[in-house]
Amino acid sequence: MPNMSPNKVPMPHQEPNVRNKNVAEVATGYTLEMAQEEADRCLQCKHKPCVNGCPVGVQIPEFIALIKEGDIEGAYDKIKETNALPAVCGRVCPQEDQCEKLCVRAIKHEAVGIGRLERFVADYHMANGENKIPTIEKNGHKVAVVGAGPAGLTCAGDLAKKGYEVTVYEALHKAGGVLEYGIPEFRLPKAIVSKEVQALKDLGVHMETNMVIGKVFDIDELFEDGNEAVFIGSGAGLPNFMKIPGENLNGVFSANEFLTRFNLMKAYDVEADTPIFKGKKVAVVGGGNVAMDAARCAKRLGAEVYIVYRRGTEELPARKEEVEHAMEEGIIFKTLNNPVQVLGDDKGNVRAIECVQMELGEPDESGRRRPVIKEGSNFTLDIDCMIMSIGTSPNPLIHRTTEGLDTNKWGCLIADPKTGATTREGVFAGGDAVTGAATVILAMGAGKEAAQAMDEYIQNK
Amino acid sequence: MYKIVEKERLNPTVTKMVVEAPAIAKKAKAGQFIILRSHEMGERIPLTVADYDRKKGLVTIIYQLVGRSTMLLDNLEVGDAILDFVGPLGVPSHVEGMKRVCVVGGGVGCAIAYPTAKALYDNGTEVTVITGFRNKDLEILRDEFEAVSHHMYTMSDDGTVGEKGLVTNKLQELLDAGEIFDEVIAIGPLVMMKFVCQLTKQYDVKTTVSMNPIMIDGTGMCGCCRLSVNNEMKFACVDGPDFDGHQVDFDEAIARSRQYADFEAKACEKDCHLFHKEVR
Ligand SMILES: Cc1cc2nc3c(=O)[nH]c(=O)nc-3n(C[C@H](O)[C@H](O)[C@H](O)COP(=O)(O)OP(=O)(O)OC[C@H]3O[C@@H](n4cnc5c(N)ncnc54)[C@H](O)[C@@H]3O)c2cc1C
Ligand SMILES: Cc1cc2nc3c(=O)[nH]c(=O)nc-3n(C[C@H](O)[C@H](O)[C@H](O)COP(=O)(O)OP(=O)(O)OC[C@H]3O[C@@H](n4cnc5c(N)ncnc54)[C@H](O)[C@@H]3O)c2cc1C
Ligand code: SF4
Ligand code: SF4
Ligand code: FES
Ligand SMILES: [Mg+2]
Repeated sequence: MPNMSPNKVPMPHQEPNVRNKNVAEVATGYTLEMAQEEADRCLQCKHKPCVNGCPVGVQIPEFIALIKEGDIEGAYDKIKETNALPAVCGRVCPQEDQCEKLCVRAIKHEAVGIGRLERFVADYHMANGENKIPTIEKNGHKVAVVGAGPAGLTCAGDLAKKGYEVTVYEALHKAGGVLEYGIPEFRLPKAIVSKEVQALKDLGVHMETNMVIGKVFDIDELFEDGNEAVFIGSGAGLPNFMKIPGENLNGVFSANEFLTRFNLMKAYDVEADTPIFKGKKVAVVGGGNVAMDAARCAKRLGAEVYIVYRRGTEELPARKEEVEHAMEEGIIFKTLNNPVQVLGDDKGNVRAIECVQMELGEPDESGRRRPVIKEGSNFTLDIDCMIMSIGTSPNPLIHRTTEGLDTNKWGCLIADPKTGATTREGVFAGGDAVTGAATVILAMGAGKEAAQAMDEYIQNK
Repeated sequence: MYKIVEKERLNPTVTKMVVEAPAIAKKAKAGQFIILRSHEMGERIPLTVADYDRKKGLVTIIYQLVGRSTMLLDNLEVGDAILDFVGPLGVPSHVEGMKRVCVVGGGVGCAIAYPTAKALYDNGTEVTVITGFRNKDLEILRDEFEAVSHHMYTMSDDGTVGEKGLVTNKLQELLDAGEIFDEVIAIGPLVMMKFVCQLTKQYDVKTTVSMNPIMIDGTGMCGCCRLSVNNEMKFACVDGPDFDGHQVDFDEAIARSRQYADFEAKACEKDCHLFHKEVR
């Protein structure tokens, strides 16, 4: 008889008023007992609806059954068959919109905690399991991957397993992409990212950091160097600004800058040489995952933090869990407000923002109700720091330096949705560089499909 | 890791280093820069490629000791290695098709101006150089500039080297004397570039400046290096660092360059204490 409890086994957390002053992980993870109790909630449905919700098709009932049996290593191997980064996905996947959304238990009650179980298995393996380094027979072909985010890393891993000699070129000094520079430690410990990168190196992948493709080498030179195909997973790192007056005042940052200082450069640590602005009152503009992360980082640096978002609480695009965590940690939500200008003092520092109130009108093309300005509702909010988290676009560096690589009007590389093939022969692309800012698992899925297509392309040449 | 093969002190606060970085040496052009990190908890700092040797795979940097990161870099010696060294970043300077150019370098800005002067000279441009320093002890790159210029003037605040006065005094003198330049290229402290631009605007001489805002990634990802140029937002690391000086909002750039002044002062203090401990 399965465990018919309507709710998931609760995830242990650090207390909100403790964790909002440190960078340790917020959710501390299931114990084996908790995991098995939660695994018992799975009904082992024959038609596996949950699997259809997972972009990489993780064999969900199968790995959960292995947890029940106590074969955690077996469960790990099962997940790894289709998902290269389970410790990451178990933490950051928007499960509520994917696998867990289609779980039959979610019809009446809470879904099975698939993400939590996935995380448990991966963590258990990292703590107790052995990393088996497979012996791979080299196939004599060479390929290059640009960008070491989830798309590039997944593509590299799959190609290495097929016997390719793979080199990953990463612009920053550390591999991981957004996992390293964007998503904070308290949500995704960097030790996990490093272990995943190390696992790829163990597979024989060459990891070349400090390599900005388009500057030090261009794509043509990668081919001249003997690579037979190239994958571009350069992400969507170009920050958008609002184009309102005062955005260049001191104390106004893009979320990318603020998060890069906090995460990649470890500016929260007194030992780090990279400065970060410790605001007293911080307004984070936006309502997505990036905004939540920036707000919670600012909180941890001691600020009073507002989320300023032009739609309502219901419309916040961030994961629900992250919004809840942010609220618990004391972030103040000022929804239905939008900044119209940033006001400065005589030294060029921000002192306030002028906002207008919004109300929700008719739904727009995205299906969300369109925010409309309430006339005459202008007010000022005193702040000393503002963080713009209103989205990012693909960086144009690579397509500007590569002939025959087409982009759409948003600057996204044009690629076949099935294979990742771009408009340039032998060049494949995937992840945020193609879709615009999306999710880790979609980027991984794209990397995986491109690896398959690159293999076919090279073998049929 | 990027090995240091040569290190030379040019004056009490300016050091030249030659670093093994073959891929960068192969590609670098005048006006481009690298970003380095000297140790694991270090910050990423941009420095101009002052020179390169494509055959030997070497890149030269010239840096002024101003704060913690340049001091920690200066602790490294020949045979040591720099942890991270990425480039060449930025758009190369425009050096083609000009007949007569005046290159104005202020202080350590001379290190940034030198490769541009050299590239112009090699392209057959008639190059006038004006360098400026606070005093004689701080003068750098005299021989190098002499080798790549047709006319050379040096100015100092106290008259201990060259003429007493500012680079703008000399530039105005030349313009008043009827000198015609296709372009003035001014590289140095923000205030110096601002005043050069004010001057050349009166004489209607096109002026290019090399901006040096605070940077992190150098790839257009963080927006920290943004500037207002002709009232548009530009990222110096990918759109520059060279811009039309008559369109740059210098006052904003000056304010932005001081963003982290408090932190930098403390970080430097921490380091100076370390130095003191070592000495004792
Ligand atoms: C703060 C934040 C929080 C997020 N939270 C979540 C979440 O909770 N769940 C979720 O699913 N998704 C989340 N996302 C989105 C997710 O991180 C991205 O969709 C995903 O990382 C995209 O992967 P990618 O491999 O395409 O690109 P990226 O992760 O962006 O990696 C691209 C890499 O390419 C490198 N690169 C770029 N240009 C070059 C070049 N010219 N040469 C060499 N290298 C280059 C970059 O430095 C980078 O390392 C978040 C994003 C951010 C910014
Ligand atoms: C494109 C470019 C090229 C440059 N080329 C040279 C060069 O060839 N030689 C040289 O001596 N200097 C150069 N600089 C300036 C050099 O980067 C700074 O002097 C150095 O970063 C100071 O670091 P610090 O920790 O020692 O000093 P700090 O005490 O931390 O800072 C002193 C001042 O340097 C500037 N600065 C601080 N951090 C950064 C940063 N991350 N990026 C940029 N500026 C910063 C700020 O204005 C600050 O007030 C260049 C800057 C840019 C943007
Ligand atoms: S990878 Fe993401 S979507 Fe797929 S099963 Fe795991 S948590 Fe669910
Ligand atoms: S849908 Fe839910 S209950 Fe059914 S197999 Fe999947 S996880 Fe288990
Ligand atoms: S330094 Fe980050 S965008 Fe220029
Ligand atoms: Mg510094």
